[in-house]
Amino acid sequence: MDASPLDIDRIRRDFPILQKTVNDKPLVYLDNAATAQKPQAVIDAISNYYSGCNANVHRGVHRLSVDATDAYEGARSKIREFIGAGRVEEIIYVRGATEAINLVAQTYGQANVGTGDEVIISTLEHHSNIVPWQILCKQLGATLRVVPINDAGEFLFDEYEAMLGPRTKLVAINHVSNALGTINPVKRIVEKAHEHGAAVLVDGAQAVPHVMVDVRALDCDFYTFSSHKLFGPTGVGALYGKFDILEAMPLYQSGGDMIKSVTFEKTTYNDLPYRFEAGTPNIAGAVGLGAAIDYVTELGMDNIARYEHDLGRYAAEALSSVPEVRLIGTAREKAAVVSFVVDGVHPHDIGTILDQEGIAIRTGHHCAQPVMERFGVVATARASMAFYNTRDEIDKLVDAVTKVIKVFR
Amino acid sequence: MSDLEDLYQEIILDHNKRPRNHGKLEVSNRTAEGFNPLCGDHVDISINVEDGIVKEVAFEGSGCAISTASASIMTEELKGKTLAEAKELFKKFHSMITGEERETTEETGLGKLDVFSGVCRYPARVKCATLAWHTVNAALDGDGEAVSTE
Repeated sequence: MDASPLDIDRIRRDFPILQKTVNDKPLVYLDNAATAQKPQAVIDAISNYYSGCNANVHRGVHRLSVDATDAYEGARSKIREFIGAGRVEEIIYVRGATEAINLVAQTYGQANVGTGDEVIISTLEHHSNIVPWQILCKQLGATLRVVPINDAGEFLFDEYEAMLGPRTKLVAINHVSNALGTINPVKRIVEKAHEHGAAVLVDGAQAVPHVMVDVRALDCDFYTFSSHKLFGPTGVGALYGKFDILEAMPLYQSGGDMIKSVTFEKTTYNDLPYRFEAGTPNIAGAVGLGAAIDYVTELGMDNIARYEHDLGRYAAEALSSVPEVRLIGTAREKAAVVSFVVDGVHPHDIGTILDQEGIAIRTGHHCAQPVMERFGVVATARASMAFYNTRDEIDKLVDAVTKVIKVFR
Repeated sequence: MSDLEDLYQEIILDHNKRPRNHGKLEVSNRTAEGFNPLCGDHVDISINVEDGIVKEVAFEGSGCAISTASASIMTEELKGKTLAEAKELFKKFHSMITGEERETTEETGLGKLDVFSGVCRYPARVKCATLAWHTVNAALDGDGEAVSTE
């Protein structure tokens, strides 16, 4: 721990909300998998954009429009570099990971999945990586297949291999599970899918804030994430797609900015990436996301991953030392997420009592009901960490959980 | 009394641990199912109404302490009430929980149900306390549709 090059005290001062008290206690924010807090640099970038260069992008010759376009496109370049994509044309702005998955389902999916074909997902998926595929399969008469997990919450690779076949057209898998924190073997999953000619979409919403991502090394066809889990603003995110695949994809939404020219007889569509970005985009959001990427890059994704790995293990050990606590999800490869249940106490009651101590955790099914069903629980309590959390905060969490047990005896 | 003890009063903890009228009635003529999609809470209500009076009412399902205790105490309070009285009680309870008619000094006139008065200070938990009630209301209206708190 002491070896970490991250100065956590200084980092915490970068986040205004972490100075807040809740119920007269210092805020202990352990709900980072739901959304992460924003550093002052991100807040300033958004504010400066609105006070300094607000204008519409890609359409003005005036100075502000040029500045706004530079800021917006500059953020796209930062995203490209951050996830290791080869070309900026491969980075499409979306509202978030959910929109990206819907986009791929209704463009690539519509064009490449047919009646009798199969789409593979896993038990670990967030509802946002289940429902769009269910809808697509229903529309096309295709079958949705689900790779099971073991008792530790790990993707069963052998079962997956057995599922792959000539009918498999697409595999959609999360990089890191939001409910359990399991890190999936994405590179191997992609390799196997490609052997069968299937494309792979990776939902990286829970991965990008915590581990170094390199889409070219993963060789995935699509990768997506949301800004707000990466310490950026809500309402913006990115979809990466391989250039040739994006080039061949049918359109998604249509309107301004995605066209080159329009007459009532014929419309010529714009080039990548604009072809998939109809309408005035979330410019300030993109600028904020760019600032968030600068912020975490400055800290170093490797430093972040190492620090969080250590903290996650500390939390898992500390919580499992409480006899009434049962951890849900004990994968060997795991992000700093601890999902747990307490004998005889519903997670919502845990959440309310922890809130009295100023501790914010998520309680419920985490938009991953199939995971809950797999473990025979209706809900769990989940503490999800970021680089600004500390061992002291984990100790407070454990003390509060002990208090919960006392209330319910 | 701390806020927390105000919410998790002894009687609530007791009903959570040993819920009354828990299960399914063998003879019933009104049933309904309720869900809270936010947390996955689920309750099944069965009621036996005779001559316009709630003779028996039972619940089963899974939920937090607030929702379990609320369902349990509700079943006790509803027994013997006329349909009109039961509806009136639902309305009063709902107003208390949502803080619409917060009577600061006086009792709410809800008797045992008063233990839930603290819930209105926890907006995130209002749905827990009202799920069983909404479900009973639907059962009494007899439309047979599943009820959702969303």
